[in-house]
Amino acid sequence: MPGVMSGVLNDVLTDVLTDVITPPKYTLSQATLGLKPQGKVLAVTSGKGGVGKTFVSANLASALARRGHRVLVMDADFSLANLDIVLNLSPKITLHDVFTGKAKLENAIMRAPGGFSVILAGSGMVEYARLTHQVRDDFRQIIAALVPHYDVVLLDTGAGISDVVLFAISLASEVLVVATPEPTSLTDAYATIKVLVGQQKRQVVRTIINQTARVGDGRAITRQLQQVLDRFVVTEPGQSTRLVHMGDIPADPTVKQAVMRRQLLMQMAPDCPAGLAMTQLALKLESTVIAQAA
Amino acid sequence: MTVSNTPLIDLTTLRLADACALLEHGKNGPLPDPAESPLAFIQALVDGLCELSLRDPLTGLANRRQLRAALEREIDVVARSGESALLLMLDIDHFKKINDAHGHPAGDLVLQAVAKCLNACVRPKDTVARYGGEEFAVVLPDCPVSFGNVVAERIREMIEALCIPVTPVHNIHITVSIGGAYAPEWIRSTAVLWTDRADTELYRAKTEGRNRVSLGGQRVIAVSAEEKEMLFGHHALSESGWMDNLGDALAPQSSDFPLDSPSRTAN
Repeated sequence: MPGVMSGVLNDVLTDVLTDVITPPKYTLSQATLGLKPQGKVLAVTSGKGGVGKTFVSANLASALARRGHRVLVMDADFSLANLDIVLNLSPKITLHDVFTGKAKLENAIMRAPGGFSVILAGSGMVEYARLTHQVRDDFRQIIAALVPHYDVVLLDTGAGISDVVLFAISLASEVLVVATPEPTSLTDAYATIKVLVGQQKRQVVRTIINQTARVGDGRAITRQLQQVLDRFVVTEPGQSTRLVHMGDIPADPTVKQAVMRRQLLMQMAPDCPAGLAMTQLALKLESTVIAQAA
Repeated sequence: MTVSNTPLIDLTTLRLADACALLEHGKNGPLPDPAESPLAFIQALVDGLCELSLRDPLTGLANRRQLRAALEREIDVVARSGESALLLMLDIDHFKKINDAHGHPAGDLVLQAVAKCLNACVRPKDTVARYGGEEFAVVLPDCPVSFGNVVAERIREMIEALCIPVTPVHNIHITVSIGGAYAPEWIRSTAVLWTDRADTELYRAKTEGRNRVSLGGQRVIAVSAEEKEMLFGHHALSESGWMDNLGDALAPQSSDFPLDSPSRTAN
């Protein structure tokens, strides 16, 4: 056999062999194993910060949990994570400890008040805001290890369109864009959608419009976004990107109260207008996205 | 396949004299003899007329028609590939003074000198056009943002260094103001909107003192004015009422619901 192998081929072979031989770095022990095979990974993103992305992630997780789904919310916001604040949790073990090898993945999974699981980023994750090959790989493996144990894995991404955010979204089969009717929020949501179409070739992007004034506003906004998208963003011939309006969350003073008390809306006042909308959102997800996984 | 010399159309029945006269002084030399090869003659005539219809007669640059085609072609490329394309608009500073002081023939010489200089400053794949009067446009396909300012500055400097003899005793020095705009990446703009943005930058260069370059920035993920116009413009307002409802949504509904959005602290 000729002794010389091209460097590139050598690298490829090494990669393949490593995949086969080395056991996965991140696993969950059998004790926490669930029954259903693969859960859906949903990314929640927004473009602009402060539009209620983490609020939606946490309460949607709670609404889904109330409907009997096993849900995990993962803090994928490395730079300004505040899922812990929303949930009023002070984590002992975080994603950062898992990344640095100080803790096992299963030990980083916490029980959130709303009946779902959560992995918090931990402040040290800022170091990972620069996406190296290693970080990507670890992130991918962690998600792959989690997915068999849950019906839904929600990735609460950071605001903006950084490469970390885009990478986190790329790991999800569905992406939910949260926006408010404010022009700045809509512009940033549109920019995010545009990049998702251009770079990730997303064919379906789902929208959630927060703080709407009237029934139907969110649908009108989604329609408007779709029109601009159709007019300006080019996809391959025969393809198009469809924006699917998942629901509105009406402007509701109870939300403010829940946030200030650091409680989940779905626990404090599930029957308030915003809470009911959150349940509607869970139902819509159930009938469109989650059903396909089962 | 044999080529028949028998013409499909009797050329003598066509009124071609005017067209031939237009091409008489063309740079492509005399037209082929119609008696010898009618096909070659017609082809040369059509090619020559096409060429004429796309060129500015004074400077030989692309005219508005060809510029428009180049812009539209480039918008297509940019929308599909996301590559960066730049449109520069140039205007000769105080051109009217040249015409007033030295006459229109001198002005024409200046326009020709600028055209020649522009052609020398850019790549063969770039389109240099006379936009009208003393205004020029350059379309630069595949032009990275880091390169745009360099090429615009180079054009400005080269023209500033020009020494244009307009009479045996008079040399003229001129300057230009340059405005530029990148085509919005990944999205389909229109020639009019793109030109408008470059024109705005040109206006900025003029008002900031002339003989300078003003380029509009290109954010990698920019939402262009065109898109915003469609998102929030009067079209959006007239078609749906959600913008009107904004005021209601943000208005205080109770004493413990201040103006800022409820979940702002939660995100």
